[in-house]
Amino acid sequence: MLAVRDNRDRAAFARLFAHFAPRVKGMLMRSGMGAAAAEDVVQDVMLAVWHKAHQFDPARAQVSGWVYRIARNRQVDLARKAGRPLPEEVETETPPEADPGAILGLAQEAGELRAALARLTPDQREVISRAYLGDLTHGEIREETGLPLGTIKSRIRLGLERLRHELKDLRRE
Amino acid sequence: MTKIAHHIPDEMLAAYAAGRLPATFEMIVAAHVSMCDACRAALETHEMLGGTLMETAAPAAPLEGDLLERTLAQLDAPVEADGAARTPPARMGIYPGPVAEALHHGPPRWRAAGGGVRQQILAEDGKSSVRLLYIPGGQAVPDHGHGGTELTMVLQGAFHDETGHFGPGDVEVADESLEHTPIADAGAACICLAATDARLRFRSLLPRLAQPFLRI
Ligand SMILES: [Zn+2]
Ligand SMILES: [Zn+2]
Repeated sequence: MLAVRDNRDRAAFARLFAHFAPRVKGMLMRSGMGAAAAEDVVQDVMLAVWHKAHQFDPARAQVSGWVYRIARNRQVDLARKAGRPLPEEVETETPPEADPGAILGLAQEAGELRAALARLTPDQREVISRAYLGDLTHGEIREETGLPLGTIKSRIRLGLERLRHELKDLRRE
Repeated sequence: MTKIAHHIPDEMLAAYAAGRLPATFEMIVAAHVSMCDACRAALETHEMLGGTLMETAAPAAPLEGDLLERTLAQLDAPVEADGAARTPPARMGIYPGPVAEALHHGPPRWRAAGGGVRQQILAEDGKSSVRLLYIPGGQAVPDHGHGGTELTMVLQGAFHDETGHFGPGDVEVADESLEHTPIADAGAACICLAATDARLRFRSLLPRLAQPFLRI
């Protein structure tokens, strides 16, 4: 992803495409879209990944979560007369300044999240998958807040820790 | 800016991330997240979980033919202003970006709604709606119950009711069990974004089995 963002590397883009396009298509079809319509959305989403790459911040998001957001926004946009209401973007340098500690921390959290998901029973995993992947019914940090970007990053990590604990609780039931 | 004390319920952030929130409530979530770092972080966490599930749990669907070639051929084409790469709208005065967009980036056109209260409906769909309310300082909104879920977010000024005090950025979540009389604080007019959905009760949208996980 960083090769796409920083070097506009088309071969790296093709690899991202090979990894994500079938998964995005699978998710869209799971929420009721036909194969042809899903491929149109996949193409829009992957083009958006290319065009919005300068905003990708590995200290705030994993590539999969970022692609997931773009795909959902597009899918809901198409289902709404007036388009989907989107939050303002956080104002940041583009590309965002690298923060190796935060990047590593987030990657570790994401790895533990994946491990926690893998430990769920198939039934439990199915429930969570349904909540996040399917069953669609139809289809800045602003200076005033006085909070530095670091706050969001640490809160994402705290949020992930909390989600992992909820997964653990669920597993005990 | 005063600190935001009343946030979007976590399950609603999860529903927004997953794209299964009614349209009128999406406006409130998008407006609040524009002003609240805590909820933005929580939303991004849900997106991370969604992305992880997309990578690991969704059955990948094989692509037909030449989609990669067709996509590569379009990398240098101009970005569509309303496509997937569209830039989210910017703030306009007290109005967060998504509200500014619904106002078509112009000032509200207020209509009298009785008792000095003014409103502009931003979107309506069947029984659900999202509107801007203008409540003069010290004025009460008539006491009411709710057929479904009502979300109210303060954009300017403040109001209080039986459940608490709400200032800029705060969101009140009301449902059928609440009967309340919101009263604007004395002083500047209170301007709110209010969304209702009488047909769909929010809770019913969530898969029953997900309740322990989502803590409803
Ligand atoms: Zn919040
Ligand atoms: Zn009410």
